[in-house]
Amino acid sequence: MNRVLVAVAVTAALVTAALVTAALVTPRAAHPQEPQGVRIGLTYTAGTRPGLYVLPMAGLYADSIRAILTRNIDFGDRIGVIAPDSGSAPTGTLNYPLYAALGAAAVLHVTEQVGGGVKVVVHEVGAARVMNTREFPIDAEPLSGDWRMALHGVSDEIERWITGVPGVAATRILFNRGGTLWTVDSDGANARPVAGVGSGLHPAWHPSGRSIAYTEFADDGTHILVRDLVSGTTRRVSFSGGTNITPAFSPDGRTLVFSSGLDGTDLWAVPLAGGEGPVRVTVGRGTENLSPSFSPDGRRIAFASGRLGRPEIYITDADGANPQWLTTTGFGDQSYRSDPVWSPDGQRVAFQTQIEGRFQVATISLRDRSVKQHTIEGVNEQPSWAPDARHLVFTSSRSGTRQLWVLDTESGRLRQLTHGAAARMGAWSPRFAVPR
Amino acid sequence: MSLRKLALMLLASVAVGAAACRPPEPPPPPEPMINQDSIDAVERERERAEAEARARAEAEARARAAAAERERLAAEARARAEMEARVNAARAAFAMQIYYDFDKADLKPEARTTLDAKVPLLRANPNLRIRIAGHTDERGSDAYNIALGQRRAAAAKRYLVDQGIAENRIETVSYGEDRPAAMGSMESAWSQNRRSEFEMIAGAEMLRLP
Repeated sequence: MNRVLVAVAVTAALVTAALVTAALVTPRAAHPQEPQGVRIGLTYTAGTRPGLYVLPMAGLYADSIRAILTRNIDFGDRIGVIAPDSGSAPTGTLNYPLYAALGAAAVLHVTEQVGGGVKVVVHEVGAARVMNTREFPIDAEPLSGDWRMALHGVSDEIERWITGVPGVAATRILFNRGGTLWTVDSDGANARPVAGVGSGLHPAWHPSGRSIAYTEFADDGTHILVRDLVSGTTRRVSFSGGTNITPAFSPDGRTLVFSSGLDGTDLWAVPLAGGEGPVRVTVGRGTENLSPSFSPDGRRIAFASGRLGRPEIYITDADGANPQWLTTTGFGDQSYRSDPVWSPDGQRVAFQTQIEGRFQVATISLRDRSVKQHTIEGVNEQPSWAPDARHLVFTSSRSGTRQLWVLDTESGRLRQLTHGAAARMGAWSPRFAVPR
Repeated sequence: MSLRKLALMLLASVAVGAAACRPPEPPPPPEPMINQDSIDAVERERERAEAEARARAEAEARARAAAAERERLAAEARARAEMEARVNAARAAFAMQIYYDFDKADLKPEARTTLDAKVPLLRANPNLRIRIAGHTDERGSDAYNIALGQRRAAAAKRYLVDQGIAENRIETVSYGEDRPAAMGSMESAWSQNRRSEFEMIAGAEMLRLP
């Protein structure tokens, strides 16, 4: 955001002065509260970044609210944020041509509400009118984790108004730190251990965001546990000793698929509601078959297998039929590809591939099987998609220790998500509910 | 004692007889006096000496017995220490790790030799249960390495089972790359980390040596 900010900062005072003198404009009833399909004037297309001018705010928590919302929208990478540091909250109406001249397609006006919560107004600069407005009551202690998450939901909604696609700020990333599981908010704040988890590897989110599955070390091997984050109960889903690793929930949330075996592993599907016993998905005959990831429609599974020697990425029907080698393309060392994750839009599979002996994160298009390498510095591995099918969280050694980083696969923009003790095995959550 | 008195009296009567047969020339020597006190003193002296000798003998016997006991205990301790050393050696031999090639779970010839050395102890202790933990170096994927470590432990288990060790006496577990024996991103560390470790988990208190 600072890129734009620098150019704009000089004119900030001037803009604020202009705001006060502008004529009052009230939202007209003819405009629906939420854009339905077509958004007049402001059309978002991939690859463009409409400018959003974020007005100064007044209030007790105004600085925090504005900083959180602005950062979220900036991290979303779909909107160019113009947010001057100084200035006072506008009292009059907007001088739309001035914002147009500053490169803003929209103006965000947020006011702190009495009793908690925020009122959000988004102005459409080209049409010189209010595009959308809504009050978001927030029933949480200001500056608390819940309060921050509620604000993340607000910024996701603002992004949806402007681009048609909700943001991914109201999400958390589950990861392994020091052998156990932690979560961190998508903006890097609020990092903390998950209560009730002993050892935890390969974390995965239930599509509801309510429960998680992970691998735990035990005396007779590793086991798969499912923990309900709301009730705080944990149950073991794996049904035998030996290796039980890399769980993945089906998109309907009813089935857990994981890798299990005593000497070589296969994918097994376990219905979470009980009933039918575990069903074997792959037939690996003593080789490794692991890291399942469902297609968004739940019909297919991408997984890693060592069936032909070194691990490669395969795709199979969810019932185990028609396994196909996906990463046949001559890319990287031809030696070691693993950790596939199907993008939420179904278009791509991200994975890690060894290049000159080090893992790098790549994606393969399911349409034409073209491969794109996304990283080059250090060791980069364990990708996980954000719900927007655009951002990836992955583990990188580039800062000296293993940390989680977030990549915008469209622009290549990178940011470090975790700091401090080493972190790995990031799993991006689904969107948590927007506050009502 | 009465014999001695008799002898003294005999001596006295002989002296009397001789005096009677001869003319009384010189006055007869004074009759030897029997001093009962001195006799008693001699007796006491003799008895004391005897008691002393007895006590000395007894003390010597006691010392000899104590020395023998000490010797016996020392021998026992030596035997115990020796046994302990042998048991410790057996435990150490049992704990010997085996190593693997990169991305492989196959047992190398050295690994087979190391495993062979564990078999007699397992045979001599039917209640002994063990756990084999497979490990990998850091180069593969985290998840794949857990599976690979499991295959390594399973290969070691299969070998022991082939030597007649009951399957249910051997647990396997894998820690993948999570518990390295050596730190560092070079082959010298990696080669030490691609290993299986052996641990006794039950029946190891009173080990019988093969």
